[in-house]
Amino acid sequence: MERKYSDSLVLLLTLAGVIGLMWLLNGSDFMNLGYFQSMAFQLPELGMLSMAMMITMLTAGINLSIIASANLSGIVMALILTETIPPEATGPGGIGLIIIAILAGLLVSALIGLLNGFLVAHLEISPILATLGTMILVSGLALAITKGYVISGFPPAMKAIGNSSLLGLPVPLLIFAGGVVILSVILQHTPLGNRIYFLGSNPQACFYSGVNNPQILMRTYLISGLYSGAAAIIMISRFNSAKADYGESYLLLTVLVSVLGGVSAAGGFGRVSGLVLALVILQIISSGLNLMGVNTFLTLALWGMVLILVMVIQYLIERFQEKRRTI
Amino acid sequence: MKKLFSYHEMYVFLAIVIVALAITAINPSFFTLENLFDMLKSYSLIGTFAIGVLFVLISGGIDISFTAIATITGYITAVLLLQRGDQLNIYIIFLIAGVIGILLGAFNALIIYFFRIPSIITTIATLNIYYGILTVLSQGKWLYGFPEWFGKYTQMYVFTITNANGISYGLSVITVFWFALLLLAWFILRFTVLGRSIYAMGGNIASASRAGFNLLKLHLFVYSFMGLMAGFASVIQALLVQTVAPNSLVGKELDVLAAVVLGGASLTGGTGSVLGAVLGVTLIAILGNGLTLMHVPSYWYKVVIGIVILISVGSSAYRRKISTRRRVIIEVE
Repeated sequence: MERKYSDSLVLLLTLAGVIGLMWLLNGSDFMNLGYFQSMAFQLPELGMLSMAMMITMLTAGINLSIIASANLSGIVMALILTETIPPEATGPGGIGLIIIAILAGLLVSALIGLLNGFLVAHLEISPILATLGTMILVSGLALAITKGYVISGFPPAMKAIGNSSLLGLPVPLLIFAGGVVILSVILQHTPLGNRIYFLGSNPQACFYSGVNNPQILMRTYLISGLYSGAAAIIMISRFNSAKADYGESYLLLTVLVSVLGGVSAAGGFGRVSGLVLALVILQIISSGLNLMGVNTFLTLALWGMVLILVMVIQYLIERFQEKRRTI
Repeated sequence: MKKLFSYHEMYVFLAIVIVALAITAINPSFFTLENLFDMLKSYSLIGTFAIGVLFVLISGGIDISFTAIATITGYITAVLLLQRGDQLNIYIIFLIAGVIGILLGAFNALIIYFFRIPSIITTIATLNIYYGILTVLSQGKWLYGFPEWFGKYTQMYVFTITNANGISYGLSVITVFWFALLLLAWFILRFTVLGRSIYAMGGNIASASRAGFNLLKLHLFVYSFMGLMAGFASVIQALLVQTVAPNSLVGKELDVLAAVVLGGASLTGGTGSVLGAVLGVTLIAILGNGLTLMHVPSYWYKVVIGIVILISVGSSAYRRKISTRRRVIIEVE
């Protein structure tokens, strides 16, 4: 427990440092309210995808198909929206159809999650391969359905989800907050959460103590799928369109956010609070770099380096603690 | 016969035969020597990548940064070709690309070995580092207009045949080079201590370490070999299309991984063979080529590949599960 506390402390200090640094580099531009608002609109989709990645990493797995499934469920939602409602339509009928579209999209991502879960839990395929296969299949389906085109033109109520505020807070941020609360409750306060951590730190011990491992894995990948579906809602409403290859660079970022937030790639460790802090740090740096006009590819290279650096530091800390224990 | 069917390669071979027959039934121009040579030439690229990926998978790791490595080696050799093209020859080009590839691969190996970072995370990171830096430095510019001697290799054949329309075709030197690499890989894996130690490390890394294998050396070899193959592949790509673009290779890593995995290499390590990888590349090649010949829109290609991978991986995992269960029962008796 002590270790976790110091982890969050380190993250909080980093956060403070990062805000200070960006303020110094960008001056008053950085601290204006509009800027924070635009960050609040950008952060949620990456946040939802990171949580989809995180929960599979807790079981020592990985889910490479999150972005592909977000795109496919976004496309399904977009198709239902554009085929059934004219963009001008308002009123209760439109709202009903939007709900149906969202449910259909979530259903698609849930099915992809179950497929991943089945491959990993019951066929015992390594998560990298299983999710690689579904990623190719799902992104192929997305491409085949759209033929590579953008689907756009949603009713205003749908656009409102991504672009309006409720009580002064952006709606995507509220959805994200909901996702955070639900996932932390699942992980910290339910038997399922306990077993996910247990399975991640030692699958064999977990199995022999009577846990139904395949069932836990199925649920893990189902939740992961649902979170990418939820990310799809935010994504398509914010862009007012859906496409087969949105957000391809997010894969690196979701892994980075999870690792930065203290999730162990070997499974068993990591909390949602750490992930949220890591996400905010990342968003502030990325917005700051953007403001300074840094090339996006350079930013990507930078994230790669940060990822390796964080993993190296984690490894060194672990070794240091081990050494102290043996003495 | 029963033993034959215990090999994963046998199923892939059967799949190839069935797919080939189906395509030929729809479009007879598939089953011609000309098309075969053509496919062998254009799939030398993926085939060369596949050799490196095979080594990494057998060792129990994974590498997805190889397309970025190839992008860097390809770009550097292209710049050299444009600036000092008349002082260079094809061997020096392969040498330079190979050495840079080895260095970048070794960097992956060092990170993976010394800091125990999972290879998938390491190579996701290095993919973005290598590719990001190259794109910034090159500003996304395409390079073309290589010296004449460099272009000649594209049309160089070991032997040529002239078809009914007077167009000549044959076995390209590029294909022969790929075959030579395959033979080398097969020899290393089959007959050298090094090759057997890679299998040992992939099978069980802890026991390989206790048995006295030098894991650092093995990591360095496997990832550097991947880098070497990526370097070679980048030259093959430059020869094939006579253009080097920063964004032409990144994204192909999934095709290659798919091919090798189809051939029976699993990510749990310790399994896989050169024959399997060749069959996997062949299956991917004829599926791609066949869909085109059958006039299936290209965007269905990925769907087909995805389904084939899931079936292949699923069936071999299922067979493994059944066989371990059988083993357990025998032990109890």
